[in-house]
Amino acid sequence: MNKDIPALEVTDIHKQFGSLEVLKGISLTAQYGDVISIIGSSGSGKSTFLRCLNLLERPTQGKICVAGEEMKLKRAKDGQLGAADKKQITRLRAEIGFVFQSFNLWAHMDLMANIIEGPTQVKGISKKEATEKAESLLNKVGLYERKDHYPSQLSGGQQQRAAIARALAMEPELLLFDEPTSALDPELVGEVLKVMQMLAEEGRTMLVVTHEMGFAREVSSHVMYLHQGQVEEFGAPKDVFGNPKSERMRQFISTEL
Amino acid sequence: MNWEEIFIALPKLWDGALVTMELVLISCLIGFVIAVPVALMRASNNWWVSNVPLIYTFFFRGTPLLVQLFLFYYGAAQFDAVRDSMFWPIFKEAYVCALVVFALNTGAYTAEIFRGAIQTVPHGEIEAGIAIGMTKPTLYRRIVLPRAIRMALPAYGNEIILMLKSSALAYTITLLDLTGVTRTIIARNYLAIEMYFAAGVIYLLLTFVFIQVWMRIEKRLMRFQA
Repeated sequence: MNKDIPALEVTDIHKQFGSLEVLKGISLTAQYGDVISIIGSSGSGKSTFLRCLNLLERPTQGKICVAGEEMKLKRAKDGQLGAADKKQITRLRAEIGFVFQSFNLWAHMDLMANIIEGPTQVKGISKKEATEKAESLLNKVGLYERKDHYPSQLSGGQQQRAAIARALAMEPELLLFDEPTSALDPELVGEVLKVMQMLAEEGRTMLVVTHEMGFAREVSSHVMYLHQGQVEEFGAPKDVFGNPKSERMRQFISTEL
Repeated sequence: MNWEEIFIALPKLWDGALVTMELVLISCLIGFVIAVPVALMRASNNWWVSNVPLIYTFFFRGTPLLVQLFLFYYGAAQFDAVRDSMFWPIFKEAYVCALVVFALNTGAYTAEIFRGAIQTVPHGEIEAGIAIGMTKPTLYRRIVLPRAIRMALPAYGNEIILMLKSSALAYTITLLDLTGVTRTIIARNYLAIEMYFAAGVIYLLLTFVFIQVWMRIEKRLMRFQA
């Protein structure tokens, strides 16, 4: 990867559900190694924004570049922008790791199978090679002894760590986290945040939609505060939290902390 | 109860049971091959793709199997086009007719069972496949179908058992399946109670063995559910 071009460059993303405009023109540039926390009250559009980046949600307008490559979009009949090039979108999605709020591990596969699924089926890597890599990834997230377990046999925290390993197995250019700890019992939040902090320290490029203000403040390099589909505040965590420019951000911080 | 006559009839009844098993096995295999694509079409969001195969499943689920057998066996031969076609040598065989009708019938039911199962695959797991860069065929082959077939196993096993019993109708178009053989023997020895009793026991036995096998398959494939 070329470190001079941004890992992700998003320009003027709009999203409209019927007459409701959820995103009103959001732009964001993530350089390699950036860890950007996206915060905001529920309904502010932060998850929708994140899901637009790999077209899990189709934006109504906007431009997305991953590692300098522009995602080819075309307008569908319903007015939303869909993928114009199927080959390109599957390739770009493979470069964007996505971690879901509800983990979404494939329930009929054990952990090892979950992790090697993408590399073997999407990237065409041999099973042997993928398994070796998966073993070291499972070690890294502390689940090596559980590699033969099925998702239903694991706690939420373990499932989320496995889901992170599954995303890492694709060797993505950037990682998107959609409220990764929101579905967890409070005592399990820490183990997932710890893994995410480790990834941040490795220099991985991450966009994290989160309600964990501690993570946003301590771990991330930038914080983006969304309010009603617009960027209300963007900057280094110490500025955004320490010296917020907008009244709304001040209110938000006082309710969240 | 004339046990001796039952004992004498057993080898013949067993031959009939073999025909029954063969009919059910082959028609369920063909039915499965029909059911998967039809179920995928039925589960589609496109109105046309989902509703055109409905004509097929509606007909085969909406009419009695016996009527379907008669329509196919006696009805098709009314048309010159059928009798003159290259397929006539095959289709004039009662065995082939029974197989085709059974396969189409169980295929229709199985398709609707699979469609229901496909629609219960958690949306999040499908999104996870999309997000990791799977193409649609890969997504269906690796995530949706393996998951759906597991969800469908209990209902699908039930359908196969129903088919085993429905196959008794094959005798109405001259086939010597278990029921056909039973009726033939009764025509000679007039021991209706004994012969139907023996046939019933054999049907029970077949079902019992099938259930054992199916439970093993279910246990193995459903391991993932804690």
